[in-house]
Amino acid sequence: MVSHRTLMRKLILICIAMFAFGYALVPLYDVFCEITGINGKTSNQPATTRAKVDESRAIKVEFLANRDSSIPWGFSPEMTDISLHPGQIKVVNFIVENPTDEAMVGRAVPSVSPGEAAKYFIKIECFCFTEQPLDAHERRAMPVQFYIDPKLPAHFTTITLSYRLYKNTPQVVGR
Amino acid sequence: MSTENSSELGSELDHHQSDDHHAHDHKPHGITRWLFTTNHKDIGTLYLLFSLLMLFTGGILAMMIRAELFQPGLQFVDPHFFNQLTTVHGLVMVFGAVMPAFVGLANWMIPLMIGAPDMALPRMNNWSFWILPFAFTILLSTFFMEGGAPAAGWTFYAPLSTTYSSDSTAFFVFSVHLMGISSIMGAMNVIVTIFNMRAPGMKWMKLPLFVWTWLITAFLLIAVMPVLAGVVTMVLTDKYFGTSFFDAAGGGDPVMFQHIFWFFGHPEVYIMILPAFGIVSSIIPTFARKPLFGYESMVIATASIAFLSFIVWAHHMFTTGMPVAAELFFMYATMLIAVPTGVKVFNWVATMWRGSMTFEVPMMFALAFIVLFTIGGLSGLMLAIVPADFQYHDTYFVVAHFHYVLVTGAVFGIISGVYYWIPKWTGVMYSEKIGQFHFWCSIVSVNMLFFPMHFVGLAGMPRRIPDYALQFADMNAFISIGGLLFGLSQLIFVWMVVRCMRRKGKKASSQVWEGAQGLEWEIPSPAPYHTFQTPPHVK
Repeated sequence: MVSHRTLMRKLILICIAMFAFGYALVPLYDVFCEITGINGKTSNQPATTRAKVDESRAIKVEFLANRDSSIPWGFSPEMTDISLHPGQIKVVNFIVENPTDEAMVGRAVPSVSPGEAAKYFIKIECFCFTEQPLDAHERRAMPVQFYIDPKLPAHFTTITLSYRLYKNTPQVVGR
Repeated sequence: MSTENSSELGSELDHHQSDDHHAHDHKPHGITRWLFTTNHKDIGTLYLLFSLLMLFTGGILAMMIRAELFQPGLQFVDPHFFNQLTTVHGLVMVFGAVMPAFVGLANWMIPLMIGAPDMALPRMNNWSFWILPFAFTILLSTFFMEGGAPAAGWTFYAPLSTTYSSDSTAFFVFSVHLMGISSIMGAMNVIVTIFNMRAPGMKWMKLPLFVWTWLITAFLLIAVMPVLAGVVTMVLTDKYFGTSFFDAAGGGDPVMFQHIFWFFGHPEVYIMILPAFGIVSSIIPTFARKPLFGYESMVIATASIAFLSFIVWAHHMFTTGMPVAAELFFMYATMLIAVPTGVKVFNWVATMWRGSMTFEVPMMFALAFIVLFTIGGLSGLMLAIVPADFQYHDTYFVVAHFHYVLVTGAVFGIISGVYYWIPKWTGVMYSEKIGQFHFWCSIVSVNMLFFPMHFVGLAGMPRRIPDYALQFADMNAFISIGGLLFGLSQLIFVWMVVRCMRRKGKKASSQVWEGAQGLEWEIPSPAPYHTFQTPPHVK
């Protein structure tokens, strides 16, 4: 038998380790999502490579735009969906409008569904990489230039790109 | 064997003054006795009485819920208050009634069962208990604050609990921290006691099942309560200190809350049932007058359930949009838990096979446990099937499932343990007539209350709603009546307990039950204040 103290020390260590594990789950969650590619998060950086167009298949890409209650802007995609071949580069505009009397800065956070398709959704240019300042009553078209990686597994035929617009505070991060 | 002062569970009785042990006669009295006690029997009593009080507190909240749901429409409460009721009902029942009751039984019985004089850390034991009244005062006082009590469910998902909650969140977080500290210290005490203080000859594979199940539960507690502490702190900092664990704007993820919470939450529900398995494993052999069937497999099955409980958490999240591969993994793992659980149920039945059975009240509740917990387990198996769960999730089908496993499971287990051991604690037999009356009222009303919830759930009634579509009206009225009757039936239990505490009843022998085996039945009833000061030798 070990003394009470020794055993208590070990048990307290387990407790502290599990508390740390609880916090470690936060980065682990991202790591796990990246490894399995299931997180629906697209890359933060614009893509520089291009791919060969695969004309044998067509992918439908749908667009969603919604805004957080913190920002009273108009926000909508120019079109609800398009059809394209993997590798083919397309540009789609999202229209933002600031109807208020004051200048404001917004930032859009993207998400791709299904999650596993996110890593095949390659953005060349995206307004989600930067802050978007708008003057009072200004209206602007913000482009997204992208292609679908031809390595996209065959069972995916539809991908949805969704943006949520937030008011840019120190907390908001672009992804 | 030297006589010692009789233990207390209420009023004074005649003391046995032993001349040889004059120095040990002093037993504390009055309020300071209860405030400062380090005696495992006193602390067990405190936990049990506290949990009984919390059972009725949570029960009153449930009565208010059922009153509102008795008819469609909003009659008595507004929706926000209704959400406070469901939230605090869950928190009080989980953390105030079920868990402390099990700790109370552990405190009373583990030292007796292993031949130890007390728990390993008696002063920490006192603190573990006394934290709880403070924790629950903090929680319940939020009802009287502006903004009301927490209203995001006992599962307090973000961002409802972070962005869209009142300042009761801060009190809720502190209250949960306190409850967690209490549970963790209690669990560590149990582990050190069982590891270090078993009497000579009390080998691991001689331990009563109640001790085994509590040992395993204690490890689950120290593993997952710190994770709850972490996630609840993340909610606090997201709300008040600018972090973004669960806020998408800041790069966080609300679904991650659910992962972290349920990583705690699933083992938590096994924490709430394993000790009940141990109680039933003590009672069935006694009243069947046959040893427990398959002792080793019972130990292994309990350990398997505990291990598996760590890898099934996302079955609470099947509808959050996880990839199919993940859904399948969690589905298969969840179905797998039914196997060791089934082993236990079969072993209890096999224990009774060709046994010499009598049906006193503890046995009645234990038998009811086996049947009704199994029903709860079967609805759980239905919920484990992913495509089926897409229909059942967040409906009353889930509410039916967990109330079967928690009320007719855990609570009936606790009640049967109380009936079984109260003659040892108080020295008097409970009134068999009152006990049988309590049993039959409970068994009928609990099924009136929870069984129809399966039907309204399958018919599409969502959970956590104060008003519902008209087609659910008749069932809800029936359920509410069942709830009222079940609540009233528990007053019979209180009557039984009070009578025993007042020593009204037939004097109990040491053995109490003809078929009972174990060290706890070798000491007098009521158990002396100090027992096993010299360790017994276990053959």
